[in-house]
Amino acid sequence: MSAPATTTAGYLESLLAGQPQLPASPLAWLNTLRAEAVDRVGALTVPTVRDEEWRFTDISPLTKLSFQPVSAPTSLQAADIERFYIEEATTRLVFVDGVYAPQLSSVAADAGVVVTNLAAAATDLAAIAPHLGQHAAFHDDVFAALNTAFLHDAAVLVVPRNVAVSAPVHLLFIATQKEAASYPRCLLLAESGCAVTVIEDYVALQEEAYFTNAVTEIALADNARVNHIRVQREGAQAFHIANCAVSLARASHFHSVSVALGARISRYNLNTLQTAEGTECIVDGLALIANNQLADTHTCIDHAQPHGVSRQQHKCIAGGNAHAVFNGKIMVRPGAQRTDSSQSSHNLLLSGRAHVDTKPQLEIFADDVKCTHGATVGQLDSEEVFYLRSRGLSEIVARNMLTYAFGAEIIERIPVASLKRQLGQTVLEQTSSQT
Amino acid sequence: MIYQDSKTILEVRGLRANVNGVEILKGLDLTVKSGEIHAIMGPNGSGKSTFSKVLAGHSAYEVTGGTVLFEGKNLFELAPEERARAGVFLAFQYPIEIPGVANSQFLRLTYNTVQAERGKDELDPLEFDDYVREKMKLLEMNPDFLDRSVNEGFSGGEKKRNEILQMAMLEPKLAILDETDSGLDIDALRIVSNGVNHLANKDNAMVLVTHYQRLLNYIVPDYVHVMEAGRIIKTGGKELALELETRGYDWVSAESKAARLAA
Repeated sequence: MSAPATTTAGYLESLLAGQPQLPASPLAWLNTLRAEAVDRVGALTVPTVRDEEWRFTDISPLTKLSFQPVSAPTSLQAADIERFYIEEATTRLVFVDGVYAPQLSSVAADAGVVVTNLAAAATDLAAIAPHLGQHAAFHDDVFAALNTAFLHDAAVLVVPRNVAVSAPVHLLFIATQKEAASYPRCLLLAESGCAVTVIEDYVALQEEAYFTNAVTEIALADNARVNHIRVQREGAQAFHIANCAVSLARASHFHSVSVALGARISRYNLNTLQTAEGTECIVDGLALIANNQLADTHTCIDHAQPHGVSRQQHKCIAGGNAHAVFNGKIMVRPGAQRTDSSQSSHNLLLSGRAHVDTKPQLEIFADDVKCTHGATVGQLDSEEVFYLRSRGLSEIVARNMLTYAFGAEIIERIPVASLKRQLGQTVLEQTSSQT
Repeated sequence: MIYQDSKTILEVRGLRANVNGVEILKGLDLTVKSGEIHAIMGPNGSGKSTFSKVLAGHSAYEVTGGTVLFEGKNLFELAPEERARAGVFLAFQYPIEIPGVANSQFLRLTYNTVQAERGKDELDPLEFDDYVREKMKLLEMNPDFLDRSVNEGFSGGEKKRNEILQMAMLEPKLAILDETDSGLDIDALRIVSNGVNHLANKDNAMVLVTHYQRLLNYIVPDYVHVMEAGRIIKTGGKELALELETRGYDWVSAESKAARLAA
């Protein structure tokens, strides 16, 4: 066996093999950004469990597989993917194996929002340049760097000033080919006083191994309100690594609900940065996994300015041999007075072999703040199970109902009724098959 | 009500049970016939709640001796859910909250499960909605309760009403009400009692486990039993409850001791 360092170095080179085939962009700054990212990939290594940020998440199975991006357009028809549609979402961008599929996408005429893919973007590039690649730092993160190196076909949303977009926007990423690498990229610019709900949705039409490496950047201007719903329902053998970076300007409001159901190994990093006073950041998460799945959520809520409110609730339900990881950092920087932050991490183990690593991490450098946190790991409460059985429900039904209820509390936060219903049903089915 | 042609619903003989290795029930005897309302009273720690949990089949309570026949069949051969389907209902002293599950969903699932087991028709959501709203009127419950999570954020009185609502739906042959009166204000007590009285008939039986006589002003028992140290030490009519209210439990205890010494 060769030394791990050599292996991973060669691994990154192999991942980059397809990069030079990317068409050069007419935008000089974009080409520069990509080149910088390629350089960073060359300078970084693949993290191992010896890195503090990755100590519970062993991604070595990923480094044994070298996948390339798909370039051919898809032959999928609308009928193949209709079941993934969300009825409230009249605007939908579809990416198949990372490639934009205009024939499957639709933008409502009255969307009130600029929705496009980067490769075709004709408008407002001046607005994009200061943000793209600027929030999701790729300097120290090899996966963000890889994504940026392959940056070509991003979903770009610009919500104009004071526009409240009533229908949610659906960004649908579909995996269809095995052994493919895809680098989904989203940029959401929420201009001052606007309001929008965006659903970032990862689904699969095949069950073999592939690699999704996604980066999302969200910039909220003053008083903007963004609901960001993220659903990761990748195939059972998928590797899914994603970074989401959010920047909150004065009095802006960001609510995120992320649900991780799929993938063999998934890692989601969500970083929110408060850049001005009076922001509100609500971060809800649910990981529901079984078999040999690993789902890792790392969040960092950075209170860098005074008067910020953050509310975080993260839940994991792990069955089989599954392994859930949660690391929730709350940073309160010097001067971020009157920060009001709460965090909870509740975890439910459905089998004796499942396990959870949960780590609240509060770093507080201001003295006039209110920060609370709590974490629990446990099994179903036997009194609750007895209560339901005493009403005639079998033990299995009782356990399923309680497990469902545990997860449903997060699903309930999704402000899109049909998606809420759909995911509620998924949780019900997943938990039924496990207990 | 005591009827001539009543059937024996529950027959408890020499029941012994442990909790965490400590014996709580020490030879309890009780016979309950259809149509009857029994009250079991007694000081804290006498084993009243343990008795109700044992009847409902809670696994933390280990039966170490004696027999319990429910309609002539060995109750201990049945899992808790089988007891419920057979017609045993326990109204909990502390009903469990289940955030994330709508009350309507929970009620319909339990109703349909029990109906199916009894070979009766299940109801679809619309039919069930009509059915449950009718039952809710009996307990003066606001239909909003259907949309809320099971017992979550309910007041003490609301939780108890929700228990009796379930009893009304599941139509048990034997209902055990464990301290249903605790934590109820006078209005809630009246409503809950009216509901129970409405549900009592000549084919079913009720066992009221209570610490206070107050409930028995509203639900008049045919028999009052006094429990002490895991046994029933005295049985009387409804007037015994009043006597206990004025004189306390000590005299019953002394009388029972004297009787045992004499024997």
